[in-house]
Amino acid sequence: MTAIDAVHPVPGPFGDFPQNAAVACTHCTLPVPRGLIVAGSDEQFCCSGCRTAHDLLHNAGLGAFYRLRDSLDEDTREEAKQSSGAEYLEFDDPLFIQEHAAPLPNGLLGIDLAIEGLHCGACVWLLERLPRLAPSVTLARIDYQRRIIHIEWDPARAPLSAIASRLGLLGYPVRRRAGSGRDDALLNENRRYLVRVAVAGACAGNVMLISFALYGGMFSGMAASHEALFRWTSLLFGLLATAGPGFVFIRGALAGVRAGVLNMDLPIALGLSAGVAMGLINTVRGSGEVYFDTVTMLVFLLLLGRWLQFRQQARSSDSLALLGAVTPGAARRRTAEGGAEIVAIESIHAGDEVEVLVGDSIPVDGTVVSGRGHVDASLMTGESNPVPVSPGDAVVAGSVNLSAPIAIRVSASGSDTRIGRIMHLVEQASFNRPPIVRAADRIAQRFVAGVLLLGALTLLLWLFIDPSRAVPNAAALLIVTCPCALALATPLAIASGIGQAARRGILIKSGEALESLSRPGVLLLDKTGTVTERAVSVVRWHGDQSMKSPVAAIERSFTHPIARALAGMDRDPGPASPVHVQAIGSLGVEGAVDGSRFVIGSTRLIRLEGFQIGEDLERQISEAAGDGLTPIVVARDGEVRAVAVCGDRLRVGASIAVAQLRRAGWTVGMLSGDHPQIVQRVAADLGLEPHMVRGEATPEAKADAVGELLAEHERVVMVGDGINDAAALASATVGVAVEGGAEASLEAADLYLSRPGLAPLEQAIEGARRTMRVIRRNFAISLAYNAVCATLAISGLINPLIAAVIMPVSSLTVVTLSYRARIFPGARR
Amino acid sequence: MSVIYLVLPLAVLFALGAVLVFVWAVRSGQFDDVESPRYRAIFDDDALEDARETPERE
Repeated sequence: MTAIDAVHPVPGPFGDFPQNAAVACTHCTLPVPRGLIVAGSDEQFCCSGCRTAHDLLHNAGLGAFYRLRDSLDEDTREEAKQSSGAEYLEFDDPLFIQEHAAPLPNGLLGIDLAIEGLHCGACVWLLERLPRLAPSVTLARIDYQRRIIHIEWDPARAPLSAIASRLGLLGYPVRRRAGSGRDDALLNENRRYLVRVAVAGACAGNVMLISFALYGGMFSGMAASHEALFRWTSLLFGLLATAGPGFVFIRGALAGVRAGVLNMDLPIALGLSAGVAMGLINTVRGSGEVYFDTVTMLVFLLLLGRWLQFRQQARSSDSLALLGAVTPGAARRRTAEGGAEIVAIESIHAGDEVEVLVGDSIPVDGTVVSGRGHVDASLMTGESNPVPVSPGDAVVAGSVNLSAPIAIRVSASGSDTRIGRIMHLVEQASFNRPPIVRAADRIAQRFVAGVLLLGALTLLLWLFIDPSRAVPNAAALLIVTCPCALALATPLAIASGIGQAARRGILIKSGEALESLSRPGVLLLDKTGTVTERAVSVVRWHGDQSMKSPVAAIERSFTHPIARALAGMDRDPGPASPVHVQAIGSLGVEGAVDGSRFVIGSTRLIRLEGFQIGEDLERQISEAAGDGLTPIVVARDGEVRAVAVCGDRLRVGASIAVAQLRRAGWTVGMLSGDHPQIVQRVAADLGLEPHMVRGEATPEAKADAVGELLAEHERVVMVGDGINDAAALASATVGVAVEGGAEASLEAADLYLSRPGLAPLEQAIEGARRTMRVIRRNFAISLAYNAVCATLAISGLINPLIAAVIMPVSSLTVVTLSYRARIFPGARR
Repeated sequence: MSVIYLVLPLAVLFALGAVLVFVWAVRSGQFDDVESPRYRAIFDDDALEDARETPERE
């Protein structure tokens, strides 16, 4: 990674990298060895493993994966940049080892670490061969879904930090795993579902085989003793399926009845118990219909639907895990002797002094004791400009130190920090979010009432016609109307929608989110990073255009966001090579190009230098300041030549997207932590109504604003990218995180758009509407099948064979139509 | 006596055995991560040899 990290991450395709950077592997972004570079190709690979995985993914239609990977990669590169040899020393802290690692019988240690940068199969393949790269490791196992690496190593041969920094060098930063309790609970729940599905499936399969024999007997006759054997065996399986895995439905129905609601479990439980009761009586009597094939198949298919639904649930956020994802796990603590030692964040207490190097995240809340510089708090506060800090100023954990090393006296660490409290808020909000009234639940209520009514009707009707057939016919009705396709309708359509969305770079974590997005409501946008570009850029340029190249060449040497914006104006400065480049305090920079001395900086610097600013440029400067933008003055040889106005620029297509969303009926507003002036300007550019726009909102205020809107509106959708949006994302009906945001916002959101801009949001909303259309169609189909079955049952024409045919056919229709549906336009099936 | 009286219980026993094996597999965590094994499967030993010949990746 080193060759790439030497330059600033320049946005854009690989062609935009300055010439001194190496060619990056399309697959793993590591530099490609010189001998393997294919001239003129967009795709470059560093090894055959990468090429194989790349081809495989492309052939599987997963090319969008790379876009997702690239967006996440910015963070990875950022962290890999920090991973010098000194990094990860906190892993050797005995406290850390004691708490996180488990001793193995042969003197080895085992540990589970959270790992970032896992992209694909090649990563799994590479990482599981870690013993070849780090000989002290005896075993490395990846859990891809949960992003965990399990390492077993010999502490006598190498410390964990050596292994971790090796992983960091490869582009896979690891961190301690916190808050794993809920993870394990979900895992166990998933296992229970699997066992239930397996038992139900085995019962259904075996009963089905036996039923075929019985159907044969219906047409060609069968010895009574054989028929009895088959019936008793089906009875055994039927009882097993209902009392074992199927019991969840009966329990659910009982709970619903106690709570006074007619839920989907009630008709299922009724159908199952009617089927088993009737089957039991008829088997013992040795005559009449048995429906065990239908009953066991119902249990199996319904459980499959439940399992799908369970896997679609949004995982509620865990504040500890969130905090671990956002703040560094280690700090450089100053020792009494004046040196510094790297310790785990758990060992840091209030009153300690920690050092923060340039480019590092600040690990604690505290006050600066020495050093002056700038910190980027944009992910924390939404503020787009870097904040200058000097001794005595307070800084918060999670900000990034931009320009000079600083030392901080710790006031709080871990979950006591401001960010820790915000993450706690996220956890609370994701627990307390209002439940969504699902379409399936609404329909279930009416359906249950209808079935119960029809059952009573059948009973009454047949009491008049033929009392001996009254009970069997009513029971048959309950069995055949058991809402199998109905229960599959929603989970299947949503699973299909989620799958297609993923191929479009839209990751949907909660199926319910799709339902809520399908109808318009209130839509709140964050500003920085969501509707505007995350990095500061040059919005306007006044004066001499020919100054751009030398300015860009000089600013290339600096890391300040404004310097990056100016350097970004002209990526190919040609032969101009600036000399005597240096910063003038924090006010600006100077340098010489082709014998001319350039001074570039704030108006204050220009006045201090004693240069005159022309009337025209002076007017532009005050206008820029009024818009909340930063004017930067360019002077050559003492003469002011141009003014660059820097600020945050609207993302391409943002205003069109907002206009279209408003036309579709959404009320669009904006919630930002940035200065009200800037926020109002951006809102005016987007054409938002001023009363729906709020600036200078703290993370708590954002969450409160969402809560207030939720009191008046049914649906509030929040779109954001920062840590400061996380609580608001978690409390909204649907939280949408956008590309390149903080991991915390990703955790808290229901939806993640892996492509920048608001266009994917429009697609997600359109997809949600189509998903709902598929769900409604599924309902219509299964209700139609049910109507046919009910009619047959009421007229006394049903028998087990008809039921056994109709039930799977209705489910199959729903399955096929759900997976064939084009939910997201352009997505390949 | 018909052979079915012997075969049917035997079939049931087989089914029971299959379920028990599956339950054991689930309990021992074999279905916890259904993502990584499919990646493990696509790389055979040839790919392994190729990568070993590739120069140092860092």
